[in-house]
Amino acid sequence: MSDDMRSGGEGKSNEPPPAEPPAEAPVEPPADASSADKPSGSGGMRRRDVLKALATVPVFGALGYTALRRRGLDADERQRLLEALGVEDEGAALLSELETRTHPDTIRVGIIGYGLEGESLVRSLGFAHPDWLEERRQAKLEDPRDSQLEEWLDQENLNVELTAVCDLFGVRAERAIAASTQPLRPGGDTRELKPAKRYRHYEDLLAAPDVDAVIIATPDHWHSRITVAAAEMGKHVYCEKCMTRTEDEVWPMADAVRSSGIVFQLGHQNRQMESHEKARQVVERGLLGPVTLVETTTNRNDPWGAWVWDIHEEGSPDTIDWDLFQEAAANKVPFSLERFFRWRCWYDYGTGLSGDLLSHEYDAVNQILDLGIPHSATASGGIYFFKDGRDVPDVWQAVLEYPDRDLTLVYSATLANGYERGIRMMGHDATMDVGERLKVTPDAASTRYAEMLEEGLLGTDRPMLTYQSGFKGVDAVTTATEEYFASRGLLFTYRGGKRVSTYYLHLREWLNCIRYGGTPSCNIDRGIEEAIACHMATKSYLEGRRVYWDPAQRRIV
Amino acid sequence: MRSDYSGFQLTALVVLRFAIGWHFFFEGVSKLVDPYWTSAGYLEESQGFMTGLFLDLAANPAALAFVDQLNVWGLILVGLGLMLGGLTRTATVFGIIMLLLYYLALPAWPGFEYTIPAEGEYLIVNKTLIELCALFVILFLPTGHLVGLDRLVRLARARGSVQESYA
Repeated sequence: MSDDMRSGGEGKSNEPPPAEPPAEAPVEPPADASSADKPSGSGGMRRRDVLKALATVPVFGALGYTALRRRGLDADERQRLLEALGVEDEGAALLSELETRTHPDTIRVGIIGYGLEGESLVRSLGFAHPDWLEERRQAKLEDPRDSQLEEWLDQENLNVELTAVCDLFGVRAERAIAASTQPLRPGGDTRELKPAKRYRHYEDLLAAPDVDAVIIATPDHWHSRITVAAAEMGKHVYCEKCMTRTEDEVWPMADAVRSSGIVFQLGHQNRQMESHEKARQVVERGLLGPVTLVETTTNRNDPWGAWVWDIHEEGSPDTIDWDLFQEAAANKVPFSLERFFRWRCWYDYGTGLSGDLLSHEYDAVNQILDLGIPHSATASGGIYFFKDGRDVPDVWQAVLEYPDRDLTLVYSATLANGYERGIRMMGHDATMDVGERLKVTPDAASTRYAEMLEEGLLGTDRPMLTYQSGFKGVDAVTTATEEYFASRGLLFTYRGGKRVSTYYLHLREWLNCIRYGGTPSCNIDRGIEEAIACHMATKSYLEGRRVYWDPAQRRIV
Repeated sequence: MRSDYSGFQLTALVVLRFAIGWHFFFEGVSKLVDPYWTSAGYLEESQGFMTGLFLDLAANPAALAFVDQLNVWGLILVGLGLMLGGLTRTATVFGIIMLLLYYLALPAWPGFEYTIPAEGEYLIVNKTLIELCALFVILFLPTGHLVGLDRLVRLARARGSVQESYA
């Protein structure tokens, strides 16, 4: 070692333990500062000084060269892989910037059903209840990561007025009115607005001249009736899922929407998810090979996620119009706070997991694969955990068959376990996991990738493509159900690196279609497919048999 | 400035200086060429008494962009300084400041759990802290003026003063 040192290390720059100074031992005689380093008589520096000064440069050069070469090899390999896959290296440019525009004309919106979902939707339009603002401020104090209020304020000014509200529970109607005039709004909207007017009956709200469009966030058993009435009055409709409660309600609703020409959007906000768009491209490019099995899931493990929602202390026969609530339901029962506030637990008002969550999962898969109505469906399950008087199952599986597509869609759900599963699309050549993040992993027995797997360019132990909406910022979700939703893109997505509410994007798309024309991404055709798919699964469960779709008669048999 | 090192001492110190320099430099360059890199994830993980500041930085896009640039170029320049022995003292001091900030953002103190996986087990002392300590050694046992560009600067200065005294 010391011999090497003496012979001058500058030529041996690629030795891993770097930096061998070309020093003569002993390197510096104690008194050399004055003698050795003194400039020579000719005024130039001594060769030894220059060598010492630059001693580390060759080592740096060698390491730098190694790094560059390595990087070049990595880049080559990556390029080869992308070429072989037929994918361009789109890089960060994938993130579409959300262009904001100003809208000269105001759209006057009415809300029918200002419950949990209704309040979220109205807030996404720009009208937050003061309680929510206070909650967000508190949340920010407790956890500086919570940026929901900032994100909400960053939304575009949609130039909407909340002019009308209909809710059968007085307290909620009052909350909507409070939200309609609450002065802090997104996008620097400082207009002074009149309070929304309360209507006892949705027909009166629909007849109001100062209502151009309505959001229907009632229980499912009202969706069809109210949409038909709205379409007849020429009011545009944003309707929550599931589109209808029964199969029979689908066609009158579809006919009314189509014949009236109103702009209809079904509330599957997953349509706004950037990663779902990317997933669609992956499938279109055939990177998965023939997809034969799609598995999609719901796992939740909290009472809230199982629809055990709060019963408001002021809820009573005096404050709730119970008769009107159950007017659209076939089965009439005496007044029940549970049924009013936790309606998803009963088939009289909804279809449980089917309409609430299979609907979202189905629509996400339909968005990516264009599946349409299934050929047949089977479903099974039971009430295995929440034995609280409900009649809808809390553990439930549905199998939808698509023989024309050589594909089966399996939905599997439990409300008593929170393990994160996600959507998985299984092809002969690769498997794709779909969530907020996409992951495509090659299959060991893939035909298409056999050579690349052999070469080691691809490996089954690592994804060949991943895609994450490129957010740069801080994130916070608070409750377990919120986390579940966020992982499914039901709360947030990312645009141009910023977190944006998918509710907001989905409503905005609807409003833009009303103003500027076009068809929303979850229009009535997608709604029919969603409703029929869910109702097939529900019917199969309730009747304990496999059911089929009869395309000629347009009905489930 | 100290220069009475033995050959082994000087070699050891220069190797240490260079190794830390390369680590800084390569970290910086890797971040520079990665279009997706951002310090947000690291800042977001922050725990300890400086959390508020780090989270504010992460939450503000303009501040974050600035911090990202500062980080990348700080790492590269400190790395170059240490490796080449140029402005060694300044580079060392800045290196210490940066490591201190990294350490304080995610201190390995009892009770703090991070989601960024660590490749070992640490209590109070982690690799960042050790690198920080090593930079203190570099600061107080300087070598840039002996093996490094600073040597040329020192000699040029010395020559200037000699010529002045001749004049």
